[in-house]
Amino acid sequence: MRITAENLDSIQLNRRIRNASGAVLIDRCFGQRYIGSGFKDKKITIYGTPGNALGSYLDGASIIVYGNGQDMIGDTMNGGEIIIHGNAGDGLGYAMRGGRIFVRGSAGCRAGIHMKQYQDQKPVIVIGGGTGSFLGEYMAGGMIVVLGIGIEAVPVGDFTGTGMHGGCIYIRTSRELTNLPDQVRAEIASWEDKQAILPLLSRFGEYFGLDGRKLAEDRYYLLRPNTDRPYAQLYTKN
Amino acid sequence: MNFIYPEYELVRNAERCTKCGICVKQCPNGVHTLTADTASGAKNLAADDSKCVNCQRCVVYCPARALKIVKSGNTYRENTYWIQKTVNEIYLQAEHGGVLLSSMGNPEPYPVYFDKILVNASQVTNPPIDPLREPMETKVFLGGKPKAVERDASGQIVNNTKPQIELSMPMMFSAMSYGSISLTAHECLARAAAELGVMYNAGEGGLHESLYKYGRNTIVQVASGRFGVHPDYLNCGAAIEIKMGQGAKPGIGGHLPGSKIGADISRTRMIPEGSDAISPAPHHDIYSIEDLRQLVFSLKEATDYQKPVIVKIAAVHNVAAIASGIARSGADIIAIDGFRGGTGAAPTRIRDHVGIPIELALASVDQRLREEGIRDDVSLVVGGGIRSSADVVKAIALGADCVYIGTAALLALGCHLCRSCHTGRCAWGIATQDPELVKRLNPNTGYKRLVNLMHAWQHEIQEMMGGMGINAIESLRGNRLMLRGIGLNTKELEILGIKHAGE
Amino acid sequence: MLREGQIRIPSGCAIAGIIDRSGRRFSGEAITRSIAAMRDRSNGLGGGFAAYGIYPHYRDYYALHIFYDHHGAKANCEQFLKQHFEIVDQDRIPTKAVKAVNDPPLIWRYFVDPIPARLARSGLDPREYVVRTVLTVNRQIDGAYVFSSGKNMGIFKGVGYPEDIARFYRLEEYEGYCFTAHGRYPTNTPGWWGGAHPFGLLEYSVVHNGEISSYDTNRRTIEMYGYWCTLQTDTEVITYIIDHLHRGKGLMFEEIAAVVAPPFWQAIEQMSPEKRAFYKYLRNTFASLLVNGPFSIIVGFAGGLLALNDRLKLRSMVVGEKGDVTYFASEEAAIRVIAPDLDRIWAPKGGEPVIVMQGGGTVQ
Repeated sequence: MRITAENLDSIQLNRRIRNASGAVLIDRCFGQRYIGSGFKDKKITIYGTPGNALGSYLDGASIIVYGNGQDMIGDTMNGGEIIIHGNAGDGLGYAMRGGRIFVRGSAGCRAGIHMKQYQDQKPVIVIGGGTGSFLGEYMAGGMIVVLGIGIEAVPVGDFTGTGMHGGCIYIRTSRELTNLPDQVRAEIASWEDKQAILPLLSRFGEYFGLDGRKLAEDRYYLLRPNTDRPYAQLYTKN
Repeated sequence: MNFIYPEYELVRNAERCTKCGICVKQCPNGVHTLTADTASGAKNLAADDSKCVNCQRCVVYCPARALKIVKSGNTYRENTYWIQKTVNEIYLQAEHGGVLLSSMGNPEPYPVYFDKILVNASQVTNPPIDPLREPMETKVFLGGKPKAVERDASGQIVNNTKPQIELSMPMMFSAMSYGSISLTAHECLARAAAELGVMYNAGEGGLHESLYKYGRNTIVQVASGRFGVHPDYLNCGAAIEIKMGQGAKPGIGGHLPGSKIGADISRTRMIPEGSDAISPAPHHDIYSIEDLRQLVFSLKEATDYQKPVIVKIAAVHNVAAIASGIARSGADIIAIDGFRGGTGAAPTRIRDHVGIPIELALASVDQRLREEGIRDDVSLVVGGGIRSSADVVKAIALGADCVYIGTAALLALGCHLCRSCHTGRCAWGIATQDPELVKRLNPNTGYKRLVNLMHAWQHEIQEMMGGMGINAIESLRGNRLMLRGIGLNTKELEILGIKHAGE
Repeated sequence: MLREGQIRIPSGCAIAGIIDRSGRRFSGEAITRSIAAMRDRSNGLGGGFAAYGIYPHYRDYYALHIFYDHHGAKANCEQFLKQHFEIVDQDRIPTKAVKAVNDPPLIWRYFVDPIPARLARSGLDPREYVVRTVLTVNRQIDGAYVFSSGKNMGIFKGVGYPEDIARFYRLEEYEGYCFTAHGRYPTNTPGWWGGAHPFGLLEYSVVHNGEISSYDTNRRTIEMYGYWCTLQTDTEVITYIIDHLHRGKGLMFEEIAAVVAPPFWQAIEQMSPEKRAFYKYLRNTFASLLVNGPFSIIVGFAGGLLALNDRLKLRSMVVGEKGDVTYFASEEAAIRVIAPDLDRIWAPKGGEPVIVMQGGGTVQ
């Protein structure tokens, strides 16, 4: 079913999507918000610029965007898939618990904050370009992969992984990563380490017409929480 | 006839006491005596409460925790006007005919404005910030700021800033002279200041040669007695402070008796051994505000304009007008000491009845300087009973750039506020020159305790700043909307320049 | 109920801006459609626009836009204006009745120039003269409020959704080379048009999204330099800070960004000695003008626009370019809706200014 979003506000558009049976294609989307919020199933394809909170609380459905996304995509996502053939804004995948987000371009600040895993739910974010500051702040579980395609400089911003206490971040770059917060331990990913991301890179390659295997050959940093806790002396019982 | 019954009584728990005799060695005033019965050899410990100053030394050092000090409980007939303390003070004066002398800060129950001020936190309309994971800046520069931006021929901004004091956090150690405290205590303050990236103030007793190496973290003081003041001294420190007054004893000078002027102090103060060290009440070259300007510039000339000059005053009734005058005198920083400020010795009546609270002084000075458009010409440092990081946050929000900490620093070193500094027999090795007592303060552990205290306060300040959604301390300075009063009347709120909680 | 200025009303918002760098003028229709696309960010309690290049016939005169609560205020204010200015023309700002826009005040505009003799006697330069007169009217003439005071530009604002305010003021009939827009979500009911945004002084206009935590520090400092923060809004204090630093202290916009949203000390410590000295000088000299807390601002000035985010980039801001035109908005959709094809689109980093000048490129 095809829905032209122009002249519909967010609530009207979302009601139509909910009522439609089968897959939905939306065109002329200009900033309508909350598309796909909480959806367990359905396939939604969007042409245009979906508004904030796209796929928030997504619970199994899949969303494909031909265009750039805005802020808070996949907020508290529980399952399903979001594929962006463009850039994402700030706050991508905040508190994600499951499902996968693939972004061909770059993401803004604060991507993957407080991602967490639970039992067999393990959330994943793969970003083709770079990210802004505070990537993976407070990360508690799950995986983030930043590929930095076409980016000469370090593809992540300041304060990457600050407060990280679980999960892992892979960063593809030939540059040196410096000034990481104390909570983060960075190593060059070994071939064994890379096994975990090979299927993701293949999938990324399929979606965006790139060679996933080739991407895997480059150098990656693997960021994990630092096991020496520098916070030990912080509090004095009163 | 000694009318005064000891205020405190030593209680020894006989079951716990092992008669080891450590209390006898630790007490500097001879309270405990250990006797052995010549026949049986049995040991007996006795205590003379009349000598006890409640320094807590024996209590802390008793390995069996067998000692405690309690109020003796000898109670005169109850009288809410002629209270026991008042009556006893009259007895003392009738007995000795002297001016009552006390140590440390004003202990009287005047209102504590810090405890009636509450701090804000951000919610919903703007976010709080987590200081453990996001940057939270406490760096401060003290000194007057340039009035105009100057550029060179290529249009680049030229650095026309006068010399500043750069601090890692908005706290410095307040002036305490070598003479009022031991050299070891000075060393602790100096080493802590160096490690923390802040300053300590050498006070009016000159600077000992062994401490010149900490010059980059030292504020050297020029007080009315000019002890130990010479060009090398002036040039050694990071800044020069002209002491016009202090909160504990506004309007009067100081007196270190000759008995305390031993060899080392004599050399540091550059006065003969055994002679009295008297600091006159005024600087005898400053009788009017324009004279201050003259002194400020003479010091700047002597140091080739390389050192910021601080003028320290006590908080008195016309403090705002005085501060305005100081701001126009060429001084770079104004330090104000409130009536809770500590001292080695001061007349009791002056300490307890002269001067005003620092919160009110600060608020009115900050406001006055802004009304005159000159707040950016000077920095404000305040002190006088700063007890915790909460006091620091409130002081900064009221308008201070930085605080001075005195009593809290001594507490970190082991002081127990027994307030008998003026006897020279400090059990903790801080306010004494007696070599046996001085060695009780270990400089290696002492300076670490100061560092611990300041780090803890810095973290707490960062937590409070983060709670308010502020990540740079300069955005808290003078930010009165972050404060609310509680239980304050209209006039107090007006002077503090804050609203009441609920508004 | 206290009104804006008697009480501080925090608010959230949407902002947008369009500038044609070649100076070509276009109608206010585009900016209206852009801000309307972000309706979700406002709550109908404030909207407004700044438009540049709209009074070419009076380009040499200061265009004062004034709200009057009642006719008495108008009479008093006009008497005051006549004492200080030559009034070349005046009229009621043309408006159209719009259902959603209620209880507008009287809205007038005057094209003025300082009376030469009076200007000479004052010893001030003309711009300072205008600033002081405007601040005096706003502070002292009850019921009158000057909300725009620049040459060849004007602010149009009120209580209502921005697209409704645009229709009310017939913004589509104006042609300018630059427009900014603001939609407001206040946490109180202001009810008073003077409190809406943008805020303007001379040709400086500011639209702002966010709530700053440094407000009182900034206010108490800027008021030392002759400004009166009568509205108690963030936008007002930010506008005064920019006027003070640009017109008063002669700082360039890149330097102003370094004062208002400087890098962190830990980043400065890693820079070259020249850059370290530069940032240290500005942060120390203008410490109280650092704007802390989340903000994203679009500043209009004669001949250009500046966009800036706070140093942590807590608010969103997107910049797009197509040919000679640069677009700004809180959300990308608000740009796509009027310019679906763009040469490039990006989100500036926190603390990094985007400066667009007429005749120049987009500097970032």
